[in-house]
Amino acid sequence: MTLVSLTVNREAVSAEVEDRTLLVYFLREQLRLTGTHIGCDTGQCGACVVHVDGRAVKSCTMFACQAQGAEVTTIEGLARDGRLHPVQEAFRQHHALQCGFCTPGMIMTAIDMIRRGRANDRPMIRRELEGNFCRCTGYHNIVDAVAAAAKQIGEAAV
Amino acid sequence: MIPYAFTYHRPRTLSEAEALFSQAQDPRFLAGGQTLITAMKQRLAGPSDLIDLSGLPELSFIAVRDNEVIVGAGTLHCEIAESAEVRRGLPALAALAETIGDPAVRHRGTLGGSLANSDPAADYPAAVLGLAATITTTRRDIEADEFFLGMFETGLEKGEIIKQAAFSIPLRAGYAKLPNPASRYAIVGVFVAQTETAVRVAVTGAAPCPFRIAAMEEALLRRFHPDSIAAISVPSEGLNSDLHASAEYRAHLVGVMAKRAVAAALRSGPADEDAT
Repeated sequence: MTLVSLTVNREAVSAEVEDRTLLVYFLREQLRLTGTHIGCDTGQCGACVVHVDGRAVKSCTMFACQAQGAEVTTIEGLARDGRLHPVQEAFRQHHALQCGFCTPGMIMTAIDMIRRGRANDRPMIRRELEGNFCRCTGYHNIVDAVAAAAKQIGEAAV
Repeated sequence: MIPYAFTYHRPRTLSEAEALFSQAQDPRFLAGGQTLITAMKQRLAGPSDLIDLSGLPELSFIAVRDNEVIVGAGTLHCEIAESAEVRRGLPALAALAETIGDPAVRHRGTLGGSLANSDPAADYPAAVLGLAATITTTRRDIEADEFFLGMFETGLEKGEIIKQAAFSIPLRAGYAKLPNPASRYAIVGVFVAQTETAVRVAVTGAAPCPFRIAAMEEALLRRFHPDSIAAISVPSEGLNSDLHASAEYRAHLVGVMAKRAVAAALRSGPADEDAT
């Protein structure tokens, strides 16, 4: 067992974890933040994407003890004061989900790509979404939502 | 999926990492973990101790000198892809890094981890072999031609840690691959580099480990143009055959990707009268 101390969604957290505990299990089962999903559990589908120190990573392919001292943001940490994050709002507006299982990972990846300036056009958005699978095959509206959010966030920043 | 139990260590220096390794029963070093952690979850690997190199500042750097680009083993794929220095000095390496896996994988995976793992379908081995890079470890320098020995097999000794890879800056270089549509690993990838005196053609994805094609190198040395290698075929004997591609298809792809790599090199490098 190892004591890990980190920040999750702007709150300090300290907990004893088994060394082999994956970050996604720590978030879901110890912190009860079940918005982060486990899809393939092999690092390919992107349902488990969270931000660690500002970068989108697959939380099924990282141990919780590796997040010692890190700042972690999950889908639960995006809304502020009861208002959805602009990317969440865009997904709602554009109906960018069907069953919704992939949505938390899609949104965390979308925010990361917008931050890196990699959501400028539709081919680029599709390329950046390579690590996120939607098995309802609803990519069209997801790309719409990311493009709209990127435009809105870009305009807001100007 | 839950890995076998192990003890996690986070050393602060390379020498501390080596000491931890020498004291443990069945240890493994952990770099970005994008392969090893998945293997551990599938219980294909079950080390007693995991020694995490991912936070070591001494392994994370990019240095560009007059004629070489030196990359620390702990440098992330995304850092190599986005580095203005690498893009200027060795754009083919930055472009290659940009094609590895997906953004989240590139945010964790490292150059050293990829090389030490020596996956037959990994991208960096093609660049290391194509650019005749020198790999420096905690114990010695290893030339690219001596580094890759077989499938998941390198010249590294037990407990030896890759510190950096030094890439000589060529006249021009290019990389082309057919990615597996799910994993983005190379079904076949070819890295071509031209220097003042030589051309190297290095292939990944096709065989147990990366290899060079002397016939293409000689033809491209005479004239660096895709047409020079159009008639050169690669035998399928000994090439990988799996559910993604047969050996015969891979042999065909080597020729296609080699021509595309030469074309990419011509686009990125200085103009060549002979090539127009």
